Amino acid sequence: MAKSKKPGLKERYALLTRGLDWETTYQPMDKVFPYDSYEGIKIKDWDAWADPFRLTMDAYWKYQAEKERKLYAILDAFQQNNGQLNISDARYMSAVKLWLQGITPLEYAAHRGFAHAGRAFRGAGARIACQMQSIDELRHAQTQLHAFSHYNKFFSGFHGFAHMRDRAWYLSIPKSFFEDAMTAGPFEFVTSISFAFEYVLTNLLFMPFVSGAAYNGDMATTTFGFSAQSDESRHMTLGLEVVKFMLQQHEDNVPIVQGWLDKWFWRGYRLLGLVGTMMDYMLPKKVMSWKEAWEIYWEENGAALFQDLSRYGIRLPKHHEVASKEKYRLTHEMWTTLYQYGNALSLHTWVPDDEEIAWMSEKYGESFDTQYKPRLLFLRAAEERGERYYNNRLPMVCQVCQIPIFYTEPDDSYTQCVRIVEAAGTKHHCCSDGCADIFNHEPMKYVQALIPPQQIYRGEAGGARDIFEYAAWLHLERGVDTGEYRGSPDQKNWQAWQQAHRAKPADAA
Amino acid sequence: MADKVFIAFQNNADAQPLINAILSDNPAAVLSESPGMVKIDCPARLVVRRASIEAQLGRDFDLQEIHLNLISIGGNIDEDDDQFVLSWQS
Repeated sequence: MAKSKKPGLKERYALLTRGLDWETTYQPMDKVFPYDSYEGIKIKDWDAWADPFRLTMDAYWKYQAEKERKLYAILDAFQQNNGQLNISDARYMSAVKLWLQGITPLEYAAHRGFAHAGRAFRGAGARIACQMQSIDELRHAQTQLHAFSHYNKFFSGFHGFAHMRDRAWYLSIPKSFFEDAMTAGPFEFVTSISFAFEYVLTNLLFMPFVSGAAYNGDMATTTFGFSAQSDESRHMTLGLEVVKFMLQQHEDNVPIVQGWLDKWFWRGYRLLGLVGTMMDYMLPKKVMSWKEAWEIYWEENGAALFQDLSRYGIRLPKHHEVASKEKYRLTHEMWTTLYQYGNALSLHTWVPDDEEIAWMSEKYGESFDTQYKPRLLFLRAAEERGERYYNNRLPMVCQVCQIPIFYTEPDDSYTQCVRIVEAAGTKHHCCSDGCADIFNHEPMKYVQALIPPQQIYRGEAGGARDIFEYAAWLHLERGVDTGEYRGSPDQKNWQAWQQAHRAKPADAA
Repeated sequence: MADKVFIAFQNNADAQPLINAILSDNPAAVLSESPGMVKIDCPARLVVRRASIEAQLGRDFDLQEIHLNLISIGGNIDEDDDQFVLSWQS
């Protein structure tokens, strides 16, 4: 009978998101939902919101369950078959450690943030999209912790991610990014995370980097990474949808949204400097350079997206041209910084070998050969003399992105870029015009940021008096969790396992 | 040159019928493979048709099953029960 025919996709989604909610009567709607208007975004018709995937709850649970079944079957196989022995090299683990320490807590923060944003929107379609994303993000945090727990049995530096999240100077970079978003209003939060970060930038994390994990034999990261990214494509779609929704609802929304796109493009780009460094330096077998990834995912795909948005009066984000100028140097400058502050990192650093340096020459050309290669060779020579270089002080960091102020001027890669900003009678330092603009737009927000090196030197890090006491306060064991890779327990164990692995058949014969 | 839309899948057996269907329905589409994943770029517009996937698979297919192996997309989405379209309007 025609009557029993299942409703179509559009109809099912409409049934879920239209008319299931209600107008409140005990209290006015504006008091129940105070946050969705105070940012100045004007919404005339919440029903104009539509999730292009039109996912309903039954379909959501069905497909998420299937993804989990696949993922955990693979994780079981990985653990049972000593998957840790199949990675390309133990140096690769630095990338995984940085992921666990820096990115996994962001997944959990996203779970919290979307739960909050979902409560704040009065439109049912927006609330449901935020609810699904909140559950997704919790899943990502859990699956990452589960996958990485296996590596924790074999490698150093995995043990203290939760303790370090609020204490490690370098983890304030991702942490401050998310806390900036979570302390904004709901529209800015969704624009920052779903659009600027997920749509515009996370392809750089989940596509070339996770593909790199696959190339380096990391079955665990590849599996959760792509499983998470299958949710991410839904989040990205939400991000584009929320931006288009705001732009279509009222012309007064356009300058507000443009300001957020300017801000969050730059903040996201700064955060991704860590991912680029993972790609260029921490993957022993390399798939794609940061420069190539930037060209494909930003200069090509990102530009197409902004071209599409230009019909609403949106232009490319401010300082995008600076980001493109920096593609030749971003990761080289970041790696040298991590390398020198290695005594306060829960991951290992090293000078790349000749083959890797040749790869960088091929990918980065003259600027690498004239500027960064000599520096790497200089550091290598020092190490070979027994004088491995460490900077045992803590860096001055940017008041906004909290990255050490080591990047260089957009048009002069030999001069450090510093911008001094002032608010409430105090001076603060920023790493770039992008961060200085963000500071100057909301100075009273950013003057409140606690800057880790300043706090540490004030004695707030358990009274630590030097970098070694500070690392101990992070629960890091010197030379085991921190510092140079060569000579570390990770390297020694890895070599012993490889020898044992190879020796077996010969013994049996 | 028209701006490109893209769709990326995990490079596994489950995704192969989808990839084949997309490449046959979109003659301008270009496939590029990286470890673990494939990315399909196409100028301006790319369509994923349920009927083409069903022909590849030899069974019924719910278009939302693409979520299982989807990695990423670039473009505005328009989806109904029969097709999934990615496009830039410019």
